[in-house]
Amino acid sequence: MSSAAPGSTEEQGRSELGVALFLGALGVLVIVQALLLPESRIARGPVGPAAVPVVVGSLLVVVAGFLAVDVWRGGRGEPEGGEDIELTGRSDWRTIAMLAAAFIANALLIEPLGWPVSGAILFWGSAFALGSRHYVRDAAIAVVLSVGSWYLFVLGLGISLPVGILRGIL
Amino acid sequence: MDALNELMGGFATALTPTNLFYVLLGVLLGTAIGVLPGIGPAMTVALLLPLTRGLEVETALIMFAGIYYGGMYGGSTTSILLNTPGESASVVTAIEGNKMARSGRAAQALATAAIGSFVAGTIATLLLALVAPTVADLAVEVSPADTFAIMVLAFIAVTSVLGSSRLRGLAALGLGLTIGLIGIDPTSGQQRLTFGIPELADGIDVVVVAVGLFAVGEALWTAAHLRRRPIDVIPVGNPRMSRQDFRRSWKPWLRGTAIGFPFGAVPAGGAEIPTFLSYVSEKRLSKHPEEFGEGAIEGVAGPEATNNASAAGGLVPLLTLGIPVTATAAVMLAAIQSYGIEPGPRLFETEPVLVWGLIASLFIGNTALLVLNLPLAPVWARLLRIPRSYLYAGILFFSSLGAYAANASPFDLLLLLAIGALGFMMRRYGLPILPAIIGVILGPFAEEELRQALQISNGQLSGLVTPLTVIVYVIVALVLLWPLVRRFLPRKAAVPVLADAVHEIEEAHHHHGLTDSVSVERHADDGDRTS
Repeated sequence: MSSAAPGSTEEQGRSELGVALFLGALGVLVIVQALLLPESRIARGPVGPAAVPVVVGSLLVVVAGFLAVDVWRGGRGEPEGGEDIELTGRSDWRTIAMLAAAFIANALLIEPLGWPVSGAILFWGSAFALGSRHYVRDAAIAVVLSVGSWYLFVLGLGISLPVGILRGIL
Repeated sequence: MDALNELMGGFATALTPTNLFYVLLGVLLGTAIGVLPGIGPAMTVALLLPLTRGLEVETALIMFAGIYYGGMYGGSTTSILLNTPGESASVVTAIEGNKMARSGRAAQALATAAIGSFVAGTIATLLLALVAPTVADLAVEVSPADTFAIMVLAFIAVTSVLGSSRLRGLAALGLGLTIGLIGIDPTSGQQRLTFGIPELADGIDVVVVAVGLFAVGEALWTAAHLRRRPIDVIPVGNPRMSRQDFRRSWKPWLRGTAIGFPFGAVPAGGAEIPTFLSYVSEKRLSKHPEEFGEGAIEGVAGPEATNNASAAGGLVPLLTLGIPVTATAAVMLAAIQSYGIEPGPRLFETEPVLVWGLIASLFIGNTALLVLNLPLAPVWARLLRIPRSYLYAGILFFSSLGAYAANASPFDLLLLLAIGALGFMMRRYGLPILPAIIGVILGPFAEEELRQALQISNGQLSGLVTPLTVIVYVIVALVLLWPLVRRFLPRKAAVPVLADAVHEIEEAHHHHGLTDSVSVERHADDGDRTS
């Protein structure tokens, strides 16, 4: 239990200090934002809207400090394991970038093109990013999933999803 | 018996054909999603949350009862067949369950898990029906100051789960609380942390947070470290048990229920500690202690029963105080809230039909689980072979669908990705997810209770001090300062079973590399224990 996670001893280095920095900066942001809140005219309760954010922000700052000390003294957060996870290599940023691209494409295209199209792009793109190279089979599955889920939500559940360019066809 | 009458009324609600259909659908979907590797029960509930949006409140909650139990059983199936616990509560199941599966007894392991879950779930739900109204009656007397103190305890308890770094738990809690702050402050109408973005004024939808942290975070994290070789899944026939298996299982089922329910009902901790306690006590009481570690059926029967019983027990604080203690319960709370219902002591008075319908459908869901899952086990086992590229692409696909359906806003999709990135970072550096989720969901309530308490006392901080809160804060302080406190305790003070359980937890964590952390504080601990 006393050793760091496998494969990440040296490589991980002190990058966890970045987490402490992130937490500290977030804490400062929360505190500053709370102190900048205008005086409330409606609620004159003893604890105003700023009190809890200040406490939460302080918690973040204090935790960030302790975490920095802990990392400095050799403590390490252990990366999460799992059935499909191999922690021996570095993070595969190329896959992540492609997944994020597919994800953002869906967010941007869902209203202009509609879910049946943008959802299919998301699925196909993600499968491609994750290493699937059966282009036609992937596309078929993607279309079935996105059109099927559109029908399920709109007809089955009464939740509207954008239909976009396929208006009149579906 | 008042509660029993009410329960009968609940069955009348739950047994209408529509509701029965949805509870069965919930069990099927819950198991199907829960069995997929990498998807724990909490993620299952979060992913399926949008499906219930179009339904009546009662029907939706009843479907949830099915999803809840289905998701948990699905998780156990994965642990047994793949040795890969979806969440910490099924770590123990994997220890003996996977050994059994490897020695050709997968069917028996699945059967004892299913029947044990059924037995424990039924007894524990009955206990819930009997205990919850009484607790609710008591809880009505509880002042906002008390509720706030109990919520603080819940926060601290989830950050200090055995075997993980307290510091990183607190960091996760802080992140969750911060997300919970975003939006218009309900008391004063001030915008907090919205930075003038109109989409943030109503706060971040809990579905987006839960799906982002669990599903998107998990998919991105796994994608970054994807194992590129086929996984070996143990084939399984129809689950069945011999007379001998039954003889060895029934006592662990009952003992597991007895251990699990009280642990679940106390607003502190979740299912991890009781399942380990059950494992350790079965190991001590077993007539076949030599089989432990080689696939002892008691080691599956006990912890699985415990897990289910503690899940039912966890509904006591959820329904009576509005305090969730597990990630799954937290997502359930969010689901209940999304219908404008406030769980709390008055829920039993204001929404009796709903509550009793929900409790009755827990019974039905539990029975459905047994009836459906024993014959369907081979189908679930086949689901484990789904190609990983499709599995994680599918998770991203359905996450986006659910997050978009919640508010029909593309902005939420970008938010989902941002929170997914946060989930990625947390997994990378061993920050546990549970405290963050509890912080997001419970934080706003805690603030409200605090402000109410101070309004009642007219701003005097002494208003926060009642006999109950003093006790609760002392417990909080003890939990926080445990490493210090422990030095002053005599060495033998710890109950041996508890010490064993702690040891097992750390072994298992080490073995599975579940989220846990190494910190300086823990180095000192290790030294203590081995000496």
